[in-house]
Amino acid sequence: MKITADSPPVLSVLDRPNSYIGRAVPRPNLQRLTQGRGQYISDVTLPRMAHVAYLRSPHAHARIVSISAEAAKKALGVVAVVTGAELAKVMTPWVGVLTHLKGIKSAPQSPIAVERACWQGEAVCAVVARTRAQAEDACELIDIAYEELPAVTNPETALDASTPVIHASLGDNLCFERKLDVGEVDKAFAGSHAVVEATFVTGRHTGVCTEPRAVVADWNEGEQRMTVYHATQAPHMMQNLFAKHLDLSESQVRVLTKDVGGSFGIKVHTYADEMATVALSKLLKRPVKFVADRIESFVTDIHARDHRIKGKIGVTKDGVITAFEIDDLTGIGPYSVYPRTSGIEANQVVNLTGGPYNCPNYRAQARVVFQNKNVMCQYRAVGHPIAVAVTEGLVELAAAKIGMDPLEIRRRNLFPDDGYPAQTASGLKLEQLSHHEALAHLDTMINYAALRAEQAALRKKGIYRGIGFASFIEVTNPSAAFYGVGGAKITSQDGATVKLDAQGAITIHSGVTEQGQGAEAVLAQCVASSFGVSMERVRVVTGDTDNTPYGGGTWASRAAGIGGEAAWQAGKALRGNVLAVAGAMLQAKPEDLDIRNGIVVDKITGAERLGLDELARVAYFRPDTLPPGFQAELMVTRHYVPRAWPFAFTNGIQASYLEVDTDTGFVKLLRHWCVEDCGTIINPQLVNEQIRGGVVQGIGAALFEQCLYDERGQMLNGNMADYLVPMAVEMPDIDCGHVVSPTADSELGAKGAGEAGTAGAPACIMNAINDALRPLGAQPLTDMPFTPGKILQALGKV
Amino acid sequence: MSMDIDITLTVNGERVAERVEARKSLVDFVRDDLGLTGSHVGCEHGVCGACTMRVDGVIVRGCLMLAAQCDGSHVETIEGLSDSGEVADLQAAFEQRNALQCGYCTPGMLTAAQELLDQAKAKQSVPSRDEIREHISGNYCRCTGYHAIVDAVESVAKARAGVKS
Ligand code: FES
Ligand code: FES
Repeated sequence: MKITADSPPVLSVLDRPNSYIGRAVPRPNLQRLTQGRGQYISDVTLPRMAHVAYLRSPHAHARIVSISAEAAKKALGVVAVVTGAELAKVMTPWVGVLTHLKGIKSAPQSPIAVERACWQGEAVCAVVARTRAQAEDACELIDIAYEELPAVTNPETALDASTPVIHASLGDNLCFERKLDVGEVDKAFAGSHAVVEATFVTGRHTGVCTEPRAVVADWNEGEQRMTVYHATQAPHMMQNLFAKHLDLSESQVRVLTKDVGGSFGIKVHTYADEMATVALSKLLKRPVKFVADRIESFVTDIHARDHRIKGKIGVTKDGVITAFEIDDLTGIGPYSVYPRTSGIEANQVVNLTGGPYNCPNYRAQARVVFQNKNVMCQYRAVGHPIAVAVTEGLVELAAAKIGMDPLEIRRRNLFPDDGYPAQTASGLKLEQLSHHEALAHLDTMINYAALRAEQAALRKKGIYRGIGFASFIEVTNPSAAFYGVGGAKITSQDGATVKLDAQGAITIHSGVTEQGQGAEAVLAQCVASSFGVSMERVRVVTGDTDNTPYGGGTWASRAAGIGGEAAWQAGKALRGNVLAVAGAMLQAKPEDLDIRNGIVVDKITGAERLGLDELARVAYFRPDTLPPGFQAELMVTRHYVPRAWPFAFTNGIQASYLEVDTDTGFVKLLRHWCVEDCGTIINPQLVNEQIRGGVVQGIGAALFEQCLYDERGQMLNGNMADYLVPMAVEMPDIDCGHVVSPTADSELGAKGAGEAGTAGAPACIMNAINDALRPLGAQPLTDMPFTPGKILQALGKV
Repeated sequence: MSMDIDITLTVNGERVAERVEARKSLVDFVRDDLGLTGSHVGCEHGVCGACTMRVDGVIVRGCLMLAAQCDGSHVETIEGLSDSGEVADLQAAFEQRNALQCGYCTPGMLTAAQELLDQAKAKQSVPSRDEIREHISGNYCRCTGYHAIVDAVESVAKARAGVKS
């Protein structure tokens, strides 16, 4: 096995002496985690800390008639029982809309339901006690009278006149709608040799982070300051929101993240129960801790991807795609999630469908409707898995219809590698992609011809194997175009502060956050390389709004491309400052010097001139010996935000090889491949592991994961025994390959890699299953997850 | 409403005498009462394996066992396995291979993998990748996709058996 670099380092202009760019160096901060000595928010305890348990609505939609809590208030250890009405005096409600999503609407949401609960699992009452167990015991003593209201649980009928409206003030159950009509779609379909239509369903599923959501809020009445230990991806965003809704200034709020047990977009939203916990701390003037248990995670962590899409594709007999058309319907929760909204996912489906292909004719409609189910919002690869499933599903169905090889039809339609910059029919601006090179790389990597031959030979023996593909594009490095222009206080820029300490080592403070993806390693690699020290001399600090530059955190695959660039620039700037000091000390010109391996050297000869420890000693303790008027500046900050392109799109292609047991309907995954292009690769091992983890999350959606609701809005499988997630034994080995097209928007040229795997995997699995079953005349499967029952149904066996 | 029980046990080599609620799980006990937060809680219903630890030499789910059941037992958590050096090579392989991302599953994963490696050693064999996958299938990892974990465990299995990888 390959324990170190499983990809060769990619050399570039960034290859300074001792450069770490492109090297599979291990993450510097892992021992803490392998020894069980990390600090997750669920591990945090503070003096006088109380615990909150929430009593949650058992109904999908109900009026709260009365709450009787006398017995609970007297129970052992109970500090307080607080209702929504009481908490409303401390915290204001919020509305999840963005101005650039035209027409999006939602109703005010409160930290704890006031008068009405709108989904099963919404908190209706808080019990704060000295221990969580005591709080839960007291919950049992509370009597809540509900009047059940009709629940809206079918997106297809949500807009019918006969369906009750969830929020009367909104007039209807429509949250957001978008329409797009580009080129000449009808004419293009009319001129096609084949038109294929299919309805795709992507199952509502959720993140199932191993560590559930957790928050410890600590209001210090003496300081008039709120410190929130929060497992979040975006500390500065949360600082803004806590301050805003508690009517504090941002300087009165500090958010700290520490270690986070998985996030994937789950921990980047405003959760009512977390907001309530912070408000309770303010109300009770003491630290309050909330950790969601697994059961409440299933009914409160955002869900995602509950879409039904009618899709249509036209092709000529030569395999030229003439047009795409989609009609997307998605049922979210009773509220659009704050502040990113529940409209972005459908908006992305419209933006991304057809994305890899050079096809000018495209019509799309998307409707987002309210439901009395748990809220839906952005989860890893937002909208991509849906758009890719529709696009790639249609492309392979069209290929089958005209008898063309699935890779060949892609070759004939993917944007040409030499045709950039380009623009998709939906208007996405593409700087430089590499679809054809990626496809050629994949073709070789999987030994396609041999795989097809093996497949054919096995079919004769009654073994049904399938090969499926999915080309994709992925949104990364978002500029202000994503949220900022819509009025949300979610910054797209990020900063890095780098300082030389008194022993000549480096500390970097960054606004991006570590969620396990390796952001801290990437930051250390960037700053060590641009400054000129070994990584062991770099300490990274993230996740603290008091001590890091203002930044966006980690989402939309931005940490490496944006945070990394800021770190790179800050390291460079500090090198300049340090060389100015060295020049003054050595009476040399700074431009004739460099820093290599922590030592100031002569730039040309490499001869060692001065150690950084000595330089720091003089600068900090004997500045009197430096020339008059010279001031050493040994701490610098640099910020970076993409400006030339709204997003740095990446691209890639995945392949799946699997076997379907036609008697049981079980799918065995044999192998999975992904070739992607995330620009400059800072750390190939970390990129590959992002891809692999992402692929497996996508496979979960394709084969296992679905939040099942009944018509009364009750979630039927909200626990880990019934909601299936991928475990090791069902997963294949995953091979990764790379093409490198750096973005010219930054010096580093790095784009994101965090979501590519998840974007493409579900489509790829779907296409492979349909490829396996095609000779048996099965109906194409387009309704995820592809459970054994659905497969047997498609085969006509049940 | 709850009953307390006195227990005496050895945790990571230390004698511990505590009074616990009868209903308290082993993982809550080591985390909350002993401050050993390396054992994690992911589901509290025996599915995710984040709470995997060793009791009298056998791996258990700390959320499915009561602290009261451990009276007189020897409990080992990731902190103990780390300090004794027993899993040092496995930890190093996980770090080198990036077989962890968020690290939340990792203590349980290491503890489960160590059991397989012990079994393999007793049988003087090296487990196959499929056997490794099978053995760690009671431990959920959302981050890695498992491939890197299998690589890391495989490399240690070979190294311990003296097989070149
Ligand atoms: S917490 Fe024990 S198995 Fe999940
Ligand atoms: S590393 Fe995050 S769950 Fe395994």
